[in-house]
Amino acid sequence: MSAADTVTDAGAPTGGAYRSGSRAWKKLRANRSAFVGFVIVVFFVAIALLAPLLPIADPAATDWAAVRKAPSAAHIMGTDEIGRDIFARMVWGARASLIAGVISVLLAVALGLPFGLLAGYFGGWLDQVISRVTDAMLAMPFLILAVALAAFLGPSLTNAMIAIGLSAMPIFIRLTRGQVLSVKTEDYVEGARAIGVGDFAIILRYILPNVFAPVLVQATLTIATAIILEAALSFLGLGQQPPAPSWGSMLNVAKNFLTQAPWMAWWPGAAIFLVVLGFNLLGDGLRDALDPRET
Amino acid sequence: MLSYIVRRLAIAVPTLILVSIFVFTLQKLLPGDPALIMAGEDRDPASIEFVREKYHLDEPIPVQYGYWMQGLLRGDLGVSLRTSQPVLGLIADKLPVTIQLAIMALVIAFLIGVPAGILSAVKKGTVIDYAANVVALSGLSVPNFWLGIMLILLVSVNLGWLPASGYESPFVDPLRSLETMIMPAFVLGTSLAATLMRHTRSAMLGVMKADYVRTARAKGVRELAVILKHAFRNALLPVVTLSALLFGELLGGAVLTEQIFTIPGFGKLIVDAVFTRDYAVVQGVVLCAAAGVILVNLVADVLYFLVNPRMRASL
Repeated sequence: MSAADTVTDAGAPTGGAYRSGSRAWKKLRANRSAFVGFVIVVFFVAIALLAPLLPIADPAATDWAAVRKAPSAAHIMGTDEIGRDIFARMVWGARASLIAGVISVLLAVALGLPFGLLAGYFGGWLDQVISRVTDAMLAMPFLILAVALAAFLGPSLTNAMIAIGLSAMPIFIRLTRGQVLSVKTEDYVEGARAIGVGDFAIILRYILPNVFAPVLVQATLTIATAIILEAALSFLGLGQQPPAPSWGSMLNVAKNFLTQAPWMAWWPGAAIFLVVLGFNLLGDGLRDALDPRET
Repeated sequence: MLSYIVRRLAIAVPTLILVSIFVFTLQKLLPGDPALIMAGEDRDPASIEFVREKYHLDEPIPVQYGYWMQGLLRGDLGVSLRTSQPVLGLIADKLPVTIQLAIMALVIAFLIGVPAGILSAVKKGTVIDYAANVVALSGLSVPNFWLGIMLILLVSVNLGWLPASGYESPFVDPLRSLETMIMPAFVLGTSLAATLMRHTRSAMLGVMKADYVRTARAKGVRELAVILKHAFRNALLPVVTLSALLFGELLGGAVLTEQIFTIPGFGKLIVDAVFTRDYAVVQGVVLCAAAGVILVNLVADVLYFLVNPRMRASL
């Protein structure tokens, strides 16, 4: 292992991980729009985590005396078609959205990253098979594939996450593969191989750290897409099932009361927009911050 | 030339076969006896038997796929389990509606995205560039089904200018058709416009640094002519090819847009099929959408090859 360590010091990126991490953080702080994105994301994560502790109404409690009431002091976002407090449902809906966004992307990365590493590193028939399967999956439009998967798996939040994760997986396979291809001919990888470091040790120590930054950027941006997709599936009735609160299914119901209670449609969409904007800003900022070519 | 097309086809065909395997496998995801589920809730013994027979469910899975594939090659995508109509016919009926929506959305996307991208590249670093980027990012972040609902609320409910739903063929009543389609097309077009704007901007930024642009400026060509004749013409090519990649996004977006504005197209077909558990229709739509994406990409690649002299020279 000592020989491999020498190679690391000769220029592999693992050694400087902490330094480049803090440099990236500084660049992120300096990038105003990325920082706004970061703040938005933290805000929604905090709301989602603190939902049970916040002094808000019970999101499932119906009040037949206050059906479809416009925003007021008692219900700052108004009430829905069966008298539930929309604000409380918005807060709890943040949970469904963020959980769906994060878990489906984790699933996509957990599946896509290893396949991408294998295809890129070993090449040959393995690469051919993985790449063709990736092409085939990418040929199926994201939303149509997710709708079909959710339809066959059955409608639920869990299945929506599986569907979104599977639909997003090919993005990560392709990204990782491309990244591996550009790294594996580098001198330090050749050097490690020359002194007899095993394939899996090379992948873990020298390849994976180089793949990490672009995957992180893509993951952040894909969370944005995944949140929209979860809301879309819930909007179509294929995601979170009522009465559990989710922004997408709230919009689905709100659509039927546009003339009587338009506020039912205002908030969920505005929240989706904000949180997605936050992840997009953060992702764009991370891309700039983690790009070693820019100083 | 021919060899390039043949090579591209050689990739497209296995991709299509893999898609068909994937779409076939979907029905194996159904929990329990597929015949029972696919026959619907009425559990009519005759329809259960029909499904079992139709899909050869008693045979091993690869054999089932073989039968299914045989049908596909004859253009038989199966039969709707609800209406007993052939799936291919159902899709063919709905496709023109979605194509109209898609074309109108693309036109709107180009009309907004391309000029905004040019402007933002030319005015790089100014307030205009910054504003264009903020608008584009918002366009990418706004869920288009919410945008659709908000537009219905504003334009149809409050102002009463346009109908909130409905569809009319452009061949029957062009004006009415435009009235019903313009709002959905705008909704579908906005996120594409944002993507196009970003592509156009980066393509323009690349081209503006080229030697021939500097030469044109040096010999005193007017700035507007430099931008439009020298830079934009060369930036357009990658933009057009990239927009082929948007085709899938367009089809996916149509699913939601058609749902909101109750437009009887391809996207509404798949959503309705999901709720009536008409699995053959769901499979048919996924297969056709993927085939469409593969075809459009193939055509875009070949076109790119044809119009780009550098690519031809490389052969």
